[in-house]
Amino acid sequence: MSVLSAKVRLRRRAWFALWAAPLPIWFALFFMGPMLLLIAMSFWSVQNYRLTPDFSLSAWSYVLSLDFLWSTFWRSYGLSLISAALVSLLAFPASYAMAFLITPARRLTFLGLALAPFFTSYLVRIYSLQVFLGEGGVLPQLFHSVGLSGASLLNSYTALFLGHATLTLPVVLVLQTLALGNVDRTEMSAAVNLGARPQHVLRHIILPAARPGLSLGVLFAFLLSYAEFVSATYLGGGVFQTLPILLTDLIRGGQQWPRAAVVSLLMMAALMLTSLVTVAWAYRQKGN
Amino acid sequence: MSNFQYSRRALLKSGLAAGAVLATPAIVRAQEVRELTMLTWAGHADPEVVGPFERAHNVRIRAKEYVGGDQMLAQFAQSPVGTYDVILADAEYVSQLYQADYIEQLDLADYPFDDFFPEFQKFEGHWYDDGLYAVFLHFGFLGLSHNLDALSRSEARNYRAMWQENLRSKVGQFDWHLPNFGTMSLIEGNPAPFDLNAAAWQQVQDTALTLRPQVRGFYDYGGTLSALRSGEVAAMPGIGDWITGVLQRDGANVATTIPEQGGLQWTESLSIGKGSRNQDLAREFIRYMISPRGQVATATLKAYPAMVPTRAGWAMLNEINPNEAARQNMSLSGANALDEIRAGRIQLRRLPVQQSLESWNDAWVRYKNA
Repeated sequence: MSVLSAKVRLRRRAWFALWAAPLPIWFALFFMGPMLLLIAMSFWSVQNYRLTPDFSLSAWSYVLSLDFLWSTFWRSYGLSLISAALVSLLAFPASYAMAFLITPARRLTFLGLALAPFFTSYLVRIYSLQVFLGEGGVLPQLFHSVGLSGASLLNSYTALFLGHATLTLPVVLVLQTLALGNVDRTEMSAAVNLGARPQHVLRHIILPAARPGLSLGVLFAFLLSYAEFVSATYLGGGVFQTLPILLTDLIRGGQQWPRAAVVSLLMMAALMLTSLVTVAWAYRQKGN
Repeated sequence: MSNFQYSRRALLKSGLAAGAVLATPAIVRAQEVRELTMLTWAGHADPEVVGPFERAHNVRIRAKEYVGGDQMLAQFAQSPVGTYDVILADAEYVSQLYQADYIEQLDLADYPFDDFFPEFQKFEGHWYDDGLYAVFLHFGFLGLSHNLDALSRSEARNYRAMWQENLRSKVGQFDWHLPNFGTMSLIEGNPAPFDLNAAAWQQVQDTALTLRPQVRGFYDYGGTLSALRSGEVAAMPGIGDWITGVLQRDGANVATTIPEQGGLQWTESLSIGKGSRNQDLAREFIRYMISPRGQVATATLKAYPAMVPTRAGWAMLNEINPNEAARQNMSLSGANALDEIRAGRIQLRRLPVQQSLESWNDAWVRYKNA
């Protein structure tokens, strides 16, 4: 009997080991490796347009002494935070409807439709937005026909926000719908039976219970908008100078990969800190 | 034993046969299409341009396209010696290619320099210690490109028009420091716009900053085309017929005017990459590109039209496409585009003389972030 249970235990361990083994490899290959390379590269130098392994602090001192570094940093951070908040607010009514007001079968159809934009390249979607927003485009003409200014909407925050929303709205919709869908219905029914109004149920039952998923939605919208380059260039027209634009400028002008690596590391530090704070807040227990 | 001997003979036989079979493709290959690699700005490997050369020499041109001189230098530096047979570079970057020992010296006798207009024969940056390193391919002027609905030709005769109240947020800029700061330097009246002492360089940056509130956006090649075509921007400094010529072909109401403060000249040239294994073919290719046929194809390039430096090229263009010759002001009788150079209204676009390229690049990034 004990021999049998030892065998079973061994088999069970082997089974879990089989699943656990790829994790460190995956982690090393896709996270630690690139990260270490990026850190190493930030100390390399560029000689005659050639990236040369070195131990030089020049890229760090160059980037950190840029007088516009922090204004660009906070501009990037602020713009993506505003976009993330707006996208989350825009998505919420649709997610609420999908989670509570329609049948599960229809919910699947709507979620599928929400994901449909991913079937087209993001670059193509951004270019096509130019047609809608540019001089004489669909939206300016529409605004003009109702007596508003028919000026081009390109190179404005509205255009940049629409670019961010194109990228992030489907993700936020899915995350929010899943979060709301997992809220305990019995608790909601109990509250309703005890006479709670819908807005109270939303505020005191749904939002606290769905907090982790909703926060992850905001976080993902922020992460994607923060590292976004295509909208910033083709819809924002490069007038909203963000860190991804600075990063590409550093590479284009003189192939300064080490300097670009420093900017990347700064961006990653900001993202990690933001993620940690958000996740800690999202999973905070009541009373803590 | 006999079996062994038989198998050895058989093995030898079949080995020879296999060797012959394997060798055949190599022999056939030798008679097959050769390959010529070219590091170039976009659009030059257009079949309408290189097709006749490919057919005549049984060669296939394989182009690696780049955007900007820095990227070109990096691409060359990061590739093994002999990767690129031909390099098409902005003339001001030829000096960098020469200093880095990336290009071969050329034989003057191989190219018909007598046919070049005098100002292009011993062109700046192409010669070192009396040795030739690049052959002038085509050129154009940079001034103020504008949408005629928003800014007339007479208004565009002065760069200061960009500061007009009605052009607030209607000025676009090509995302590269050299033509923009070069134009600012012309506006400031610097006789050598790229040879600036510290005070003059600071003044150029300060003047640029006063234009910044007028700026709608910063554009790449495609963005520049669409912004000018749609009227998104009304004017762009440091741009020329290489953009507006493309738009005019499509019927857009745009033009490039060389204002009274003067304009810049961009130039692109062909060199042979150091260590190229196809130097004979590369030489023939350059000869083709400056032959009348190659020059006409270059002058009417789909990606960006440009003027060419040879008399025979002008003559053939006037003969087979007089409208384009007239549009580009390449008339062999009477006034033509060269008069602008001879009147001293055009300055060559150069690399900064007293500052490093890096400091101009930094200033451009700072300006964009302002």
